[in-house]
Amino acid sequence: MSEIEAAIRENHPALITYITAGDPSLEDTREYVEALDRGGADLIELGLPFSEPIAEGPTIQAAINRALDAGTTPQGFFELVDDLETEAPLLVMTYYNMILQYGPEADVRPFVERAAEAGLSGIIVPDLPAEEADPLRAACDDHGLDLVFIVAPTTEGERLETIMSQVSGFAYVQARLGTTGARADVSNATHDSLARLSAYDVPKAVGFGVSEGDHAAEIIEAGADGVIVGSALVDIIAEHGEGDAPAADALEAKAEELKRGARRGGGVDVPEPEQP
Amino acid sequence: MSKPERNRDRDSEATFGEYGGQYVPEALMPAVQELEDAYERYVLENEDGFMDEFRERMRDFGGRPTPLQRADRLSDRYDREIYLKREDLLHGGAHKLNNALGQVLLAKYMGKERIIAETGAGQHGTATAMAAAHLDMPCEIYMGRTDINRQRPNVYRMRMNGAEVNPVTAGSGTLKEAINETMRDWATTVERTHYVIGSIVGPHPFPKLVRDFQSVIGRESREQIREKAGRLPDSVLACAGGGSNTMGTFYEFVPDESVDLVAVEAGGSSLEIDEANALAPNSATLSTGTDGVLHGAMTKLLQSGDGQIMESHSVSAGLDYAGVGPELSYLVDTGRVTPVSVGDDAALNGFHRLSNLEGIIPALETSHALGYLERAAGPAADGRAAKPRDENHEDLGDLVVVNVSGRGDKDLETVLEETEKRDLEAAPDVEVFDR
Repeated sequence: MSEIEAAIRENHPALITYITAGDPSLEDTREYVEALDRGGADLIELGLPFSEPIAEGPTIQAAINRALDAGTTPQGFFELVDDLETEAPLLVMTYYNMILQYGPEADVRPFVERAAEAGLSGIIVPDLPAEEADPLRAACDDHGLDLVFIVAPTTEGERLETIMSQVSGFAYVQARLGTTGARADVSNATHDSLARLSAYDVPKAVGFGVSEGDHAAEIIEAGADGVIVGSALVDIIAEHGEGDAPAADALEAKAEELKRGARRGGGVDVPEPEQP
Repeated sequence: MSKPERNRDRDSEATFGEYGGQYVPEALMPAVQELEDAYERYVLENEDGFMDEFRERMRDFGGRPTPLQRADRLSDRYDREIYLKREDLLHGGAHKLNNALGQVLLAKYMGKERIIAETGAGQHGTATAMAAAHLDMPCEIYMGRTDINRQRPNVYRMRMNGAEVNPVTAGSGTLKEAINETMRDWATTVERTHYVIGSIVGPHPFPKLVRDFQSVIGRESREQIREKAGRLPDSVLACAGGGSNTMGTFYEFVPDESVDLVAVEAGGSSLEIDEANALAPNSATLSTGTDGVLHGAMTKLLQSGDGQIMESHSVSAGLDYAGVGPELSYLVDTGRVTPVSVGDDAALNGFHRLSNLEGIIPALETSHALGYLERAAGPAADGRAAKPRDENHEDLGDLVVVNVSGRGDKDLETVLEETEKRDLEAAPDVEVFDR
């Protein structure tokens, strides 16, 4: 069992968090990752910013722009990860071109090698469907990294079968069509997708639109093994400025709320914290 | 390890050598595969008479075939036979309708209910809006805020044809951002919406689909030149941004090895790039780009060493794109297509020269091909004819076809503004107005 799969199964129901590295600076990212780790995140995805993030909604697009404006580079990103010591395994989420261009030629291997060296446990690539993934999958296998695939509401039939037969780490269940972004409710598509996937014995985590503890509870209750939260955390970062300690505290509190919600959905009796 | 159903060899039909492919979010894969199926059935196999209806509509609504005209004064100037393929005379004033009408019709055959498209300068947007009105399909166009402000007439044209125009404020507010936003819409509405992509870019099958709709340009040109000149041309010139008019013009000539195919890119103000600020003051992707993945395909790109996509620039909005069609990248690598680049100044001179000598006001995109013609075949600076051969390219030969991809009415404001800033040899005196 990979580190990522173990992190989900052993901490069931799991909380997976996403923030964009370098938003608003790599120094801040370090604080935020540690805060999320303290707050109960079981896996932490770090976005390596790419200039054309076609799968992202406005919130994460803005975070990526802030990170790029701050001069975030793959080198800086890996140096940050080199130094991070978290209980939660770390994944990198980035677009395929960033992976291809890390070395001197267009080749995925130097990136994967460096990711493994930095201690990352897996990679998620929103613009890489299984059909194009052979080179990256081979490189990840060589270095013991998981390559996490997304299962969309439109993924059906034989494609679903084959993707589910190759799950690495967990199945990233996209809750709804469209782009990332916090939503006020849990979509029907989430319930449909989880019902469709219930026959597969692989860890399933649901992302795209999850923003509150109550969503987490509902999604876990519907059969997911984990929830993935990104935009709601990025919103917190956006509200605070650079080098702002309360942002880390707010992230930690949000992670706690989401983790509590997930556990409530999993039937674990969780006392609400005392109100100050 | 078993692979997804339709996985295939790298040299099979989703790719051109190493280029092309389907680098799209998972949510779009079923739609892309549905389009592949529709492409094979309707376009390649003419199921339900799709191609017959397409050709009939292109004739009656579009005005095909367009003429191939001998340019008498250019022929004199360059001391060889110059023929112009007049895509500027197609309905809408550019080659863009070939693709837009084809795809909107295809969407109808596929049972889609809504059309979306991106546009840069507005040429593809206006063509799509015309086609959607003609075929009674709801249509929304994504256009960068910067482009909206500098291409107002095209925005009005789209609105008049009943299309919604959605401003895109991200980034520099130009074509690249408009494509990103259209892909996001498509990822949300994919089940009932068709994305009419505007060039030979994007995931398979778009590069082939768009090429096939545009290849009528080269097919007609090939027949027409044989009729008029009695033989195939020595060289064919077309401007190249994303590459739809380029590939449309070249495709039928690719097997004719005696015909040189020259893709003329926008050299902008310089071929140097500013890596620190991710700026390329040109759009010369085929000439200077490196391999990477953008908007669904592996192709040549203007990018930083880290893989961030550059902001490109050209005086011609229609060439202003950091990527290029994967098939052109492939044909450049194999040596079949020769990429050259022409800067803003030479393109503006090309614009004025054709306007003045032939009575044809060309699009600024086309003007790059005309700028190259002057550089490769124009009179030498000392006034004598017989200019030394261009170092980037062999002699153009005695019989040359230039694709006039569009007319330049849309560019008049830009041309006046840019001409004023420069001392252009071919520019007329326009001091008749009180400016």
